[in-house]
Amino acid sequence: MIGLNHYLLLGTVLFGIGAYGVFAKRNAIAVLMSIELMLNAVNVNFVAINRFLQPAAGMGQLFAIFVIVVAAAEVAVGLALIISIYRHRKSVDLNDFNLLKW
Amino acid sequence: MMYYQLLGPEITVAVLGLLVLAGSLLLPSHGKNALGYLTTIGLAAVLLAVILNFSREAIFFAGVYQIDMYANFFRLLFLSAALLIMLMSSRYTGLFGERKSEWFSFMLFATLGMMIMVAAGDLIMVYVGLELMTISFYILTAYLLNDRWSAEAGLKYLLIGAMSSAVLLFGMSLIYACSGSTVFTEIYQALLAGSERPALLAGIVMMMAGLGFKISVVPFHMWTPDIYQGAPTPVTAYLAVASKAAGFAVLVRILLIAFPPTSLDWKLILAVLAALTIIIGNLTALPQTNVKRMLAYSSIAQAGYILVGLVAANTYGLKGVLFYAMTYVFANVAAFAVTAVVEVAEGNAELESFNGLGRRAPMPAAVMTICLLSLAGIPPMAGFAGKLYLFSGAIQGGYLWLAFIGLLMSMISVYYYLHVAKAMYIGISSREDRVLLPVPVRIALWICLLGTILMGVYPGPLSELTELAVQLFSAV
Repeated sequence: MIGLNHYLLLGTVLFGIGAYGVFAKRNAIAVLMSIELMLNAVNVNFVAINRFLQPAAGMGQLFAIFVIVVAAAEVAVGLALIISIYRHRKSVDLNDFNLLKW
Repeated sequence: MMYYQLLGPEITVAVLGLLVLAGSLLLPSHGKNALGYLTTIGLAAVLLAVILNFSREAIFFAGVYQIDMYANFFRLLFLSAALLIMLMSSRYTGLFGERKSEWFSFMLFATLGMMIMVAAGDLIMVYVGLELMTISFYILTAYLLNDRWSAEAGLKYLLIGAMSSAVLLFGMSLIYACSGSTVFTEIYQALLAGSERPALLAGIVMMMAGLGFKISVVPFHMWTPDIYQGAPTPVTAYLAVASKAAGFAVLVRILLIAFPPTSLDWKLILAVLAALTIIIGNLTALPQTNVKRMLAYSSIAQAGYILVGLVAANTYGLKGVLFYAMTYVFANVAAFAVTAVVEVAEGNAELESFNGLGRRAPMPAAVMTICLLSLAGIPPMAGFAGKLYLFSGAIQGGYLWLAFIGLLMSMISVYYYLHVAKAMYIGISSREDRVLLPVPVRIALWICLLGTILMGVYPGPLSELTELAVQLFSAV
């Protein structure tokens, strides 16, 4: 029987993979994808907690929908910034963005 | 009965932002200056409305949104900061060229996000307000698109900001799991009944880390200098004063309203972080040669001082948080306004560019000196009164060592603040022409100067205001 703990474990593992990607990847788009993974791990958490602890109320699902919408806005801005920086540098490698000390 | 007119400020700012956005698409380029005036007048009108309704309180949507005096105090702070920034940036916005008018609308949306954050009584609302603010700031930071530094700062801010909100969200999901609710008051009730759980501790710590990024507390401060240096100067000023104040406002409200004192001893954690923030912020500010970067490190140190008040968590300390945040607005906006003036005149904000400013522009140089001394906490400027509240709160709360570190580091900070004053008055510049000072910048500088001195010599009114605002927490 799959219970709440399995889903929370899935969420935590996904979050960990995403966090690893943020620190290990040097390609700006890959980092953005890793951040999406972290946000979706949070969504798994919210929906699972809602389903198992309070099937009657919908707070967790509501939160997940807000997270999805905001994440979409964030990615739109992020991709626009990456494109604009690519025009100047012809690169999306974070190691090349070193005018300011990282 | 819900007093929907109390939501007027939020609605007005939202409508104004959309209007300015639409206007910037529709109006011909010579008509776009009007949008700047519209934004400034609109912000002033909303500020007036908030002042007039300061003591009216209401709870909306079953506790999800709370207009109380605490929220009103911070709405006052954000609106005055936004207004001062609109004034100080009158010349700087010329650098944005065609895209000047959209800049106003993003400033409005960032302000709206902060106003939502401080009035939020629910985790979802906090998150939405926070993201409205930060996403607007990502765009604002990268606004000088043809400037390589600005674009790079924008991208870095986006990646770090998005990651920190993911951490914040994960913490929120754990808190939701432990309490079964996202409304602060219901979380409090649920946690009061329940026992201590490791998941709850992880949730609170992750949420503090996520908010710690926003207020740039050591060890989450690494992004601050880069982004502050790369962003357009008015945006840096707004980031430093308002975005940080919003982070503090949310942190205070969540820690004191949503979590019963039994759930986690967060005071000790925050005390250590505050001490580290004060020490590292001040020591790394010492060797800086770029004034914007120096002000960034100084803002990290200032965040540490404000955190001291939250650690104390008594009336004095909390009053200090609010008082200091307000004095910080005036002093810091003035410092950044003068930096922007120098930047427009010289093309950069290196310390050498400030050489001889005392002769080339006596008024800005004098305002800069006074406001930097206020940041250092020299009496009779406002910063001294603020620090007095913060540190006496810490001593009352039994954190004598923390107050001692704060005092010691304040003394050290005088060195790097006076470094700028030395360049302005003793440094020799090859140029002798007067620096151009537009009227709005002049007005902003006068307001900042008067605010900094008046709040210092006569702190009574502001002190009463903060007293009213923190009544909310007196039951805790």
